Amino acid sequence: MVRLARSHTTVSVERATLRLAGLSGADHEGIPWVNHLVDAVRAEVGLERGVTTPVFDALRRGEAPDLLILAQKAASGSVSFQLPDGRGLTAARRAARREVSQGIRRIDRQRVARERLVRRHGDPKQTPWIYLIVATGDIDEDIPQAQAAAREGADVIAVIRSTGQSLLDYVPEGATHEGYAGTYATQENFRLMRAALDETSKEVGRYIRLTNYASGLCMPEIAVLAGLERLDMMLNDSMYGILFRDINPVRTFVDQRFSRQIHARAGIIINTGEDNYLTTADAVEAAHTVTVSQLLNEFFAKEAGLQDWQLGLGHAFEIVPEIPDSFRMELAHAMLARQLFPKAPLKWMPPTKHMTGDIFRGYLLDGFFNLVGAMTGQSILLVGMMTEAVVTPFLSDRDLALQNVRYVLGAAGGLVEDFHPPRDGFIQTRARTVLGEAVGLLEAIVADTSGRSGGVPPLLAAIGDGTFGLMKRPADAGKGLGGVVERAPGPDGYDNPATTLLEEGSSR
Amino acid sequence: MSTRHTPGAAERPSPPSIVRPYGDTTGDGMVQVSFTLPLPHDKRAEGAALQLAKKMGMDPALLVHAKPMGPDFTFFVVYGSVTHLVDTREVVVIEREYPLLAAKEINLAIKRSLRRKLVVVGACIGTDAHTVGIDAILNIKGFAGEKGLEYYREITVVNLGAQVLVPDLVARARAERADAVLVSQVVTQRDAHIHNTGQMSAAFREAYPSGQVPLLVVGGPRFEEGTAGALGVDRIFGRGTTPGEVASYLVHALVPDAPARVAS
Ligand code: B12
Repeated sequence: MVRLARSHTTVSVERATLRLAGLSGADHEGIPWVNHLVDAVRAEVGLERGVTTPVFDALRRGEAPDLLILAQKAASGSVSFQLPDGRGLTAARRAARREVSQGIRRIDRQRVARERLVRRHGDPKQTPWIYLIVATGDIDEDIPQAQAAAREGADVIAVIRSTGQSLLDYVPEGATHEGYAGTYATQENFRLMRAALDETSKEVGRYIRLTNYASGLCMPEIAVLAGLERLDMMLNDSMYGILFRDINPVRTFVDQRFSRQIHARAGIIINTGEDNYLTTADAVEAAHTVTVSQLLNEFFAKEAGLQDWQLGLGHAFEIVPEIPDSFRMELAHAMLARQLFPKAPLKWMPPTKHMTGDIFRGYLLDGFFNLVGAMTGQSILLVGMMTEAVVTPFLSDRDLALQNVRYVLGAAGGLVEDFHPPRDGFIQTRARTVLGEAVGLLEAIVADTSGRSGGVPPLLAAIGDGTFGLMKRPADAGKGLGGVVERAPGPDGYDNPATTLLEEGSSR
Repeated sequence: MSTRHTPGAAERPSPPSIVRPYGDTTGDGMVQVSFTLPLPHDKRAEGAALQLAKKMGMDPALLVHAKPMGPDFTFFVVYGSVTHLVDTREVVVIEREYPLLAAKEINLAIKRSLRRKLVVVGACIGTDAHTVGIDAILNIKGFAGEKGLEYYREITVVNLGAQVLVPDLVARARAERADAVLVSQVVTQRDAHIHNTGQMSAAFREAYPSGQVPLLVVGGPRFEEGTAGALGVDRIFGRGTTPGEVASYLVHALVPDAPARVAS
């Protein structure tokens, strides 16, 4: 899989690279200049050698004075791109590296700024950190809601994206006010929210972290924007887009690797999406798919340079509450994750699927969810809302939910010290069963030879024949496949200064 | 909703037609409400909460809880006796207009009258990716102990999954010669479900000669009962729908001389 990711690029990886080189903005129809430039280069000379070489070669030849004007001219078809060789090639690559490294250094500065602000304002006093979602669709509404949530006790604010953004093959521009069930992820929205939360951090005396989503067709670009604007956590899952958005598997793995390299550099904590396996399948039957996904997420994350403290692996409280021992099984699953990944900041997510219009029952369930979080030492706790099945939360829903969390953490937070389920008791046995099933599934994937003849790695073959989430996602289908390009081999082949700088760990 | 015959129900006296809410004694009228006012917590805010309760018909009203939420908002819980009476004779209930049939009866009816399989195309349209609801209706696995439409021998199911564009849905429905198109809409913020459904029904009416449009059915937890006509679809299914209800309806709407027997 890694070899596959390293031997391909995508339109979004190339656009992300241009964003690092400083190209931003969009035409009057909202189509970003990075899209215009990548499309024009692709049409004329292809992307097999990367977008930066022909782009910086064109600048060197005086086609335009800067990237923006080059993109504008490219959009109207009045630039000609070439693939330079010899001295021209060396010079274009050197120029590209110089410009792209500026973006990388800006990400480095934001990381330093975060470290400074955390020292100044402090981390949350308790673990788990309290994670709350806002989702109004309008950045101007999101900001006061996020600030109010932080004042009420939230340590991490997540701004959910508008439905449909994951399938846009461009990143919208500017401050936005019209999302559906979420707010568009744009560079300007990121900047506005981060600035507002910096104010609030000062006021409440702890650093309030900001989260968004690096998923969908623009994963690499969103990761770059998050690094440039100092977001602190990003949802970033290795298979979510494939399974739940029908994005092409190769596109996803290529985009994912680049986006995670950026996150690693930016000091961002990723959040993975294992909760989704439990909302689409039965949480008891599918418990082991969570473990398998966590292991895969961990592998791909480390391969991309992320460290243990950056792995917010996910899991969730989604067992049907009515079945006997449901709470004991939740405890078993949560402890299993905690013990398998002792150094990772695990993200514990609340019941959603079995929440109903009975908000009183929902409040009790959320209390039990919080209790599992406290007893098993989870790191990030996504706050559950009793109105989950009814509305996007009211102000009072959030306040009640935070009271619930505070009560449980205050009353039972210390239980993590006392709680040691007995050897071979129900909890241990259940955890062992789930782990056994997870190992079994991984073995079955490794043994899957259905793709061998076509040179498809076993994991892709497994995704293709419906091993995960019951969804069949073949490697040669799905959205965004048209944006995948095989890299040209050899010394004058593919070049991407961003990847080089990230892999070398250098900044010039 | 299916109504089940409860043994012994007939012997019980029928409920009164004029009722009041029941707290702990007949006729006490007790209810509880909670709400937020955009006021800082003080005596005036509490008075405002009681004033609202009175206007809602709660008299006497008892303010049992008031809590500030930040400097600008207060949350209240109010108990009280409502002065209103409700008359159950004025309640209008939309009764299920078709009989509930068993799987066997459904298969038989399709086979006898259509002499071919009934073709159903399903999808989540627009940007909606909530497939669990439509899968509950279509997939073999089903919902609430009932098998989904795929289980019916005489029904062919084409499930297109999530985020299907309307033109693609129309094209596929034509290619498959669909008898019925089943669409799910779960996200309702900014009335997305209403816009998408309207767009879908308009597209079908444009693409097909009149009178030949497939049966258009939408479902989701937050459609309003009785709005099918306004949305340009044939029927709406809401929260808790089971596959058996949908299959029975399809037979009722599409199969001439469908059995009229009500399964018990
Ligand atoms: C599971 C879930 C998800 C999963 C979906 C996985 C999947 N493959 O479906 C994931 C994680 C992907 C998800 C994502 C999002 N979700 Co969501 N999700 C839910 C959740 C928890 C459960 C929904 C569910 O599966 N119910 C169970 C099924 C069986 O019930 P049902 O859909 O009502 O279906 C029944 C009937 O309605 C009917 N029916 C439904 N469709 C049809 C169609 C036909 C033809 C017929 C006959 C019948 C029928 O029959 C079904 C069986 O009875 C609800 C909260 C809740 N508890 O309800 C939120 C919820 C629906 N989600 C919500 C939101 C906002 C989102 C996001 C937009 C969040 C975001 N901004 O990222 C994204 C949207 C992504 C997208 N593009 O759509 C909101 C919607 C708010 C609103 N009213 O607009 C909810 C209510 C949560 C909340 N309170 O905020 N979600």
